[in-house]
Amino acid sequence: MTVTLVLVIAMAVLFSCGVYLLLERSLTRMLLGFLLLGNALNLLLLVMSGAAGNPPIGKSSEGITDPLPQAFALTAIVITFAVSAFLLALIHRSWKLSRADEVEVDEADVAIGRERDEPADEDPETTTDAEQEATR
Amino acid sequence: MTWLVPLLVLVPLLGAAVALGLLNHQKLQRAITVVVLVVALAVAATLMVLVDQHGTIVVQVGGWDAPYGISLVVDRLSALLLTVSASVLLVVLLFSIGQGLAADDGEAPVTIFYPTYLVLAAGVLDSFIAGDLFNLYVAFEMLLVASYVLITLGGSEQRVRAGTTYIVTSLIASAIFLAAIGLVYGATGTVNIAQISERMAALPEHVQLLLHTMLLIGFGIKAAVFPLAFWLPDSYPTAPAPVTAVFAGLLTKVGIYAIIRLETIIFPRPQLNTVLLIVAILTMVVGVLGAVSQTDVKRLLSFTLISHIGFMVMGVGLGSVAGTAAAVFYTVHHIVVQTTLFLVSGLMERVGGTTSTRSLGGLLKAAPLLAALYLVPAFNLGGIPPFSGFIGKLGLFRAAAIDGSPLAYATIAAGVVTSLLTLYALMRVWDAAFWRPKPAAEAAAPHASTAEPHAHLRSPEPAPLTVSEETGKAFHPGGSVTVTDAPHASRASSPETAPTATQDGVGEAPTRVKLPRMLVGVTTVAVLGSVALTVVAGPLYGYATRAAESLESPDRYVQAVLGGTR
Repeated sequence: MTVTLVLVIAMAVLFSCGVYLLLERSLTRMLLGFLLLGNALNLLLLVMSGAAGNPPIGKSSEGITDPLPQAFALTAIVITFAVSAFLLALIHRSWKLSRADEVEVDEADVAIGRERDEPADEDPETTTDAEQEATR
Repeated sequence: MTWLVPLLVLVPLLGAAVALGLLNHQKLQRAITVVVLVVALAVAATLMVLVDQHGTIVVQVGGWDAPYGISLVVDRLSALLLTVSASVLLVVLLFSIGQGLAADDGEAPVTIFYPTYLVLAAGVLDSFIAGDLFNLYVAFEMLLVASYVLITLGGSEQRVRAGTTYIVTSLIASAIFLAAIGLVYGATGTVNIAQISERMAALPEHVQLLLHTMLLIGFGIKAAVFPLAFWLPDSYPTAPAPVTAVFAGLLTKVGIYAIIRLETIIFPRPQLNTVLLIVAILTMVVGVLGAVSQTDVKRLLSFTLISHIGFMVMGVGLGSVAGTAAAVFYTVHHIVVQTTLFLVSGLMERVGGTTSTRSLGGLLKAAPLLAALYLVPAFNLGGIPPFSGFIGKLGLFRAAAIDGSPLAYATIAAGVVTSLLTLYALMRVWDAAFWRPKPAAEAAAPHASTAEPHAHLRSPEPAPLTVSEETGKAFHPGGSVTVTDAPHASRASSPETAPTATQDGVGEAPTRVKLPRMLVGVTTVAVLGSVALTVVAGPLYGYATRAAESLESPDRYVQAVLGGTR
């Protein structure tokens, strides 16, 4: 079974663009990245198909391809479709909430980072104990 | 009795469809969801007994024989995990019903909870019975898509942010898994796990290594092993308590289950066992160090979750019957205990109004029963002797000592340190939230909101905290106050906030708190369940060992699945 080089190259390009976009901060780009990645995966599944076996109906295997990867690709397309619908809803929600489609900064992370810059901040338990003494 | 097997997936999915149709009939919807999960639990328990007596049950769906059709396989490992998962799903469902997560009438995000939960259940149960890789992928997608909805339930700003981290990570994991399936198909010409197991040994070494690594990374992200676990403590704590509980208990364990299958049936040779052991050490240590440095109970628990995944990976990485048996036992123990702890943290949030150890306090006086409910699973997770955590860890360490290599001894050392630090982290929560007298916490709370500007950022859910602060201030002059109906209070004070975002445990009560009886009841059942694991530890460990024996001789699995076609 030979593989068309064009398909492989197209797959590689789709993969790299997809992963690049998926790592972006903007949710819309993430969606586009996910779609590209999904298509790259479908191409991969098709490229991986083997030689045709004996068909269950009819006699010769001429003009027949391996059906299994196509079934996989179809299933994967359906899943991609469902997930993109969900992502679109998420983008819409994010837009309604903050008028931006970027992933928000995790404020807990920022707080932890800030804490590290403040050497005065001690262990939480000891500080609260000290405060407890102070309030008494 | 093979007809029982597909019911595990069919019943929850049909139940989800019916529940979706009954969006306006809350009570009926609730009843259907409970009935469905009871049925699933009954089926799983029956299968567990049957499989132990008569060996692996295989169903060729649609009557197409093994390599061509889809096989559903229930061996001892599957049956055990099915039973435990079904019971955990049921307990968490009852908790969420008690919590009134769905009792808020007429709100769209809430009515969707039950159908989504059932789809999640179907996905989890399906992934345990999947007999081919592609079916496993579909099961994963089923549970993932349901989990996307559950983690962003209510769609508050926090949850959308946290959910995005989770979703993107999961998408990449799924992409890697699907690509690996494509490559496995290209290399072996099949996706049936039994047939892959037969053909894999014939492949060149480097191809095997590539496939092995890709599958392991795909599953590793789901299971949250160390370098791939960064997403978990960011995303889990923001979800409602029951959702976090079921995610923590089951979703990571589905990844662990897939890794156990991968290492025993598909790649029985110890190709990557050294890597697994090193990863196990790092997961344990890094995870628990994260837990020690946290001040939020839910984040802390998320980190202990990661760290204890390391124990299971350690058992798998040893690659022996003893190691796998201990890993299986530990998985069961950890599903129950971690879920219980997250449920308890939900109750703590309800009583104290927050999950930050800086502002919690006096819970021992406010809710003595809750203190007991926290302490038992905390000791269990830390591995204090009578409990199942100790038995599981002992089994793992014994398996490592039998192995005897320096790396195995290093994992024992890491495991001991991790257990101690886990206990330290959990006891620190105990000290701050339960043991510390209430005045201290009350003095600390206003300080936290004024002098410490980023204190409110610490809470994963700013909305409930501000609400509880408001109510707290309003109630302070009055002295002792009874708890108001939390969801209503939160809705009245912050109308824009989606109700689901705030209703999981907002409540402020200076003196004595009356927790809803159902919540306490369900959590008690969960705690008793985790203690029961100790009582039945003997038979359970025996079952796990038998499961491991059949896993470590993949020929039996292959024979059971493909037997008919020879």
